Amino acid sequence: MKQQRLTTNTRKAGAYQIFSFVLVAVIAILFAFPLYWILTGAFKTGQEINSTTPVWVPSQWVSDNFDRLMSKRSAPLFEISLGKFLITGPVVPAAIRWLVNTVFMSVSSMLLTCLTAAMAGYVLAKKRFWGRGLIFSLIVCAMALPKQVILIPLVREMNALNLYDSIWAVIFPIVGWPFGVFLLKQFAEGIPTEMVEACRIDGASEWRTFTDVMFPMIKPGVGACAIFTFINSWNDYFMQLIMLVSNKNLTISLGIATMQSENSTDFGLLMAGSALASVPIIIVFLIFQKYFTKGITMGAVKG
Amino acid sequence: MANQKVTYNKKTRKLMIHETVTSYLFLLPFLLFFFGFVIYPMIMCLFTSFFDSTMGREDIFIGFQNYSELFHDPVFWKALWNTLIIVVVSVPVTCAFSLWVASAISKMPVAATSVFRCIFYLPVVTGSVAVTMVWKWMFNNYYGIFNYIGTSTGLIENNINWLGNERFALGCIILILLTTSVGQPIVLYVSALDNVDKSLVEAAEVDGATQMQAFWKIKWPQMMPTTLYILVITTINSFQCFALIQLLTSGGPNDSTMTIMYYIYFNAFKHFRYGYGSAMGVVLAIIIAVLSAIQFKLGQEK
Repeated sequence: MKQQRLTTNTRKAGAYQIFSFVLVAVIAILFAFPLYWILTGAFKTGQEINSTTPVWVPSQWVSDNFDRLMSKRSAPLFEISLGKFLITGPVVPAAIRWLVNTVFMSVSSMLLTCLTAAMAGYVLAKKRFWGRGLIFSLIVCAMALPKQVILIPLVREMNALNLYDSIWAVIFPIVGWPFGVFLLKQFAEGIPTEMVEACRIDGASEWRTFTDVMFPMIKPGVGACAIFTFINSWNDYFMQLIMLVSNKNLTISLGIATMQSENSTDFGLLMAGSALASVPIIIVFLIFQKYFTKGITMGAVKG
Repeated sequence: MANQKVTYNKKTRKLMIHETVTSYLFLLPFLLFFFGFVIYPMIMCLFTSFFDSTMGREDIFIGFQNYSELFHDPVFWKALWNTLIIVVVSVPVTCAFSLWVASAISKMPVAATSVFRCIFYLPVVTGSVAVTMVWKWMFNNYYGIFNYIGTSTGLIENNINWLGNERFALGCIILILLTTSVGQPIVLYVSALDNVDKSLVEAAEVDGATQMQAFWKIKWPQMMPTTLYILVITTINSFQCFALIQLLTSGGPNDSTMTIMYYIYFNAFKHFRYGYGSAMGVVLAIIIAVLSAIQFKLGQEK
């Protein structure tokens, strides 16, 4: 009797499992579709893009859309000012400059965030000092508030600091955002305090303790923090929108969005731009997926 | 004896000072950015909301005038209403959908789980601008895929201008928002399901509990903290829905997709009314804080 009930249970469960597998697979295809549509759309001819019957697979792959994207606007590849001198790179299509800007922005925010967050996370987890509670509650409060609330004063502040319309105006607030500290504090708490103390007793300086013992041990956490910051700053459209104005300072997402206002129905051009903005970051995501998932789940523990 | 105690105290005091100094040296780089570009602007937002503030002239103190104007502004109420609709629809749907997907994929082999998790996360990584562009095309009046599918299956008679129609625009925005917001909850739920005490589930199954019973009676209560966290982050995310609105509808048609976030942007960066925008930001922050507090309270009671 009991045996029988068990088998019907498992059989029912089996049928349900197959059903849910098929349904999830179908929905997953729908989720991946917009990306497929971007990637194929970028290589379709104008005729296929503007056809009322969708062309599911492009009959021929052409680079027209990218050619148009590259020829619309141009900007110098880089500009480095050394005191009075301004070193200007060769003039290239603006989209290339935008990509350079975006990579520079994401890498700088990533490096600065990881360094500052690892140091701060370490002491918040392992040291007892005056004001620790206050700083930690400020961090939690800041994370709970909508980020956009700070944008209006931030623009005026950047104006006052002469940083408005420069890539640093986007980088600094990302570095100040406390999620990385929160994440790395969680990681550092998992490291036994004895390790740190043993190191101090052996006569290592505070800095050595951090660089030689703590940092290697929280490396997976730093990896998670790095990839998280990289992807988030690449896609932080709102901040870029309000801080960056001139053509040469735009990021790739912002540049595409700006082109959209001028060529709002040239979908081929927009798909080429979207592909250019999203493919690099998707590749980064796929390579470091493991760290990324870890970062998301670690940051949530008792969040 | 007493003397000894004093020296002991002095020693710990000295140690404490040493610890505090070194700790702050480690914290310094972060605190510089944190106070300079997060805390200071937050305080300034509250401060500016009491001023009539715009570009190129001194701020004028006007007390609560921004707030009283806000409460008499029909567009603000419309924006608040739309934002609430977005939140009320997207938060439960996101949570339920991601829980269902997570429980379905977590039973699969590890490789399959990670492939699916990755696919559902892709719209997040793709970035709001690229995602918005492709949806704009798919919703397009003439060349969009939705009109093609709708008319060829007979669901709709004529092409619909989805984003230009007051009846559909907000629904379209919510649909896109949903696809870009389930990624993180799915990752969280998959890991929460992995961490559920397996022996309890097995014991229940041996005792003849159905899958459903095992899920709701054993797994669900253990995942409560995760659910709570997901509720809070999805609520905050839905409130902040911006890029979609700015790039697709600009709040139109007829303010039918106007949200608070977009209205703040509109006032502050199109009309340069910094004070008015800040007042709205403060109200938004209060609403989110209250909602998060309620969610936490409810979650803890359970």
